[in-house]
Amino acid sequence: METSAIIILVAAVLTNNILLTNFLGMCSFIACSGQISTAIGLGTAVTFVMTMTSIINYAIYYFVLEPLGLDHLTFIVFIAVIAAFVQFVEMFIERFSPKLYFALGIFLPLITVNCAILGASLFMIIRDYNFIQSVGYGFGSGLGWMLAIIMMAGLRQKMRYSNIPEPFRGVPIAMIVTCVLAMAFMGFAGMVSIQ
Amino acid sequence: MADNQPVCGPCVSKGLCGGKGMLTLKEGAWTSNPLAIQVLGICSALAVTNKLENSIVMGIALIFVGVFSNLFVSLLRNVTPHRIRMIAEVAIIATFVILFDQFLKAFYWDMSKQLGPYVGLIITNCIIMGRAEAFALQNPPILSMVDGFANGFGYAVVLAIIGFFRELLGSGEVLGIKLLSESWYTPNQLMILAPGAFFALGIVIAIFNAIKGPEPEEEKK
Repeated sequence: METSAIIILVAAVLTNNILLTNFLGMCSFIACSGQISTAIGLGTAVTFVMTMTSIINYAIYYFVLEPLGLDHLTFIVFIAVIAAFVQFVEMFIERFSPKLYFALGIFLPLITVNCAILGASLFMIIRDYNFIQSVGYGFGSGLGWMLAIIMMAGLRQKMRYSNIPEPFRGVPIAMIVTCVLAMAFMGFAGMVSIQ
Repeated sequence: MADNQPVCGPCVSKGLCGGKGMLTLKEGAWTSNPLAIQVLGICSALAVTNKLENSIVMGIALIFVGVFSNLFVSLLRNVTPHRIRMIAEVAIIATFVILFDQFLKAFYWDMSKQLGPYVGLIITNCIIMGRAEAFALQNPPILSMVDGFANGFGYAVVLAIIGFFRELLGSGEVLGIKLLSESWYTPNQLMILAPGAFFALGIVIAIFNAIKGPEPEEEKK
């Protein structure tokens, strides 16, 4: 497999968008897509955490877990790395941008249980990426997630003024809109592809 | 907390902790169904529902992990320091997820391959985490187990419903049995692909909302 990191990056953003094709990170996607500014903040945090944790997890998996034959511990080690790293980011944001800290509120710790982060690390292992590819994939997935949540926030801001049938208010209509969004992204499918 | 124990003691024989257990069960499986009402844990719900078979296995996985992680979080609730409870919960949950994953790998390799990383992602499934945090930390072990089962069950049922319709409409067959003949029904591939998942879940939640009746809930600003 000789796909270059750039191709993987583009593919992770557009054709294999981690949210719209792999459904990862839906919880915070639905809960946090009310406002564009919040979406940007969370998107940035996720991109950063995802890139960094891919790198750390790559190193841990190939230098510690695999040589020692401990790959059944993969899940627990990865989630611990992610939890510790999110703690670090939380402290960082609290120190340098209190405004963002209040805006994101409860959702920062929730990045720990954001499946997209763990998912990116797991996909990286399953697809046998080398180091550069992993970095590209982690970064691209983060960007793709951010793109999707910002688009969604924009759409939801518009939707606030529309007359939606009663049972569809809130989450259901968000799902339907995501469906349309996913269909739109399928249009990129012919461009590049990874697995 | 300890005074809940006697309430729960005699009713173990009845199976479901009497009235309270029933209530917990009903709450988890229906009135506050984790998937359709609270909209938690939708990532895996969307990803594995392209086939009924996958949905059922995923449902079983969630019941298993939910029951046992709730049990152990509850057993350890009095000795877990508050500050590190999250890590403790995650460690417990991850343990059971690894158990299930290893089990699948050992006995159902094909299924394990198909579910891919989504088994591992049960760790980050908000339902399990949410129940451990919101219920098991405050309640005795048996009741917590019931709660874990109820939520897992509620999740599994909705998952099976979505899986059934996606497989039916997407390929015209369910569990390998042809139900919609190709002579009059053209399988709609879209239902198996990503957009179909979002669409199906949206409709299911809307139906649940409609059954439950209107709620004075405005979309948050």
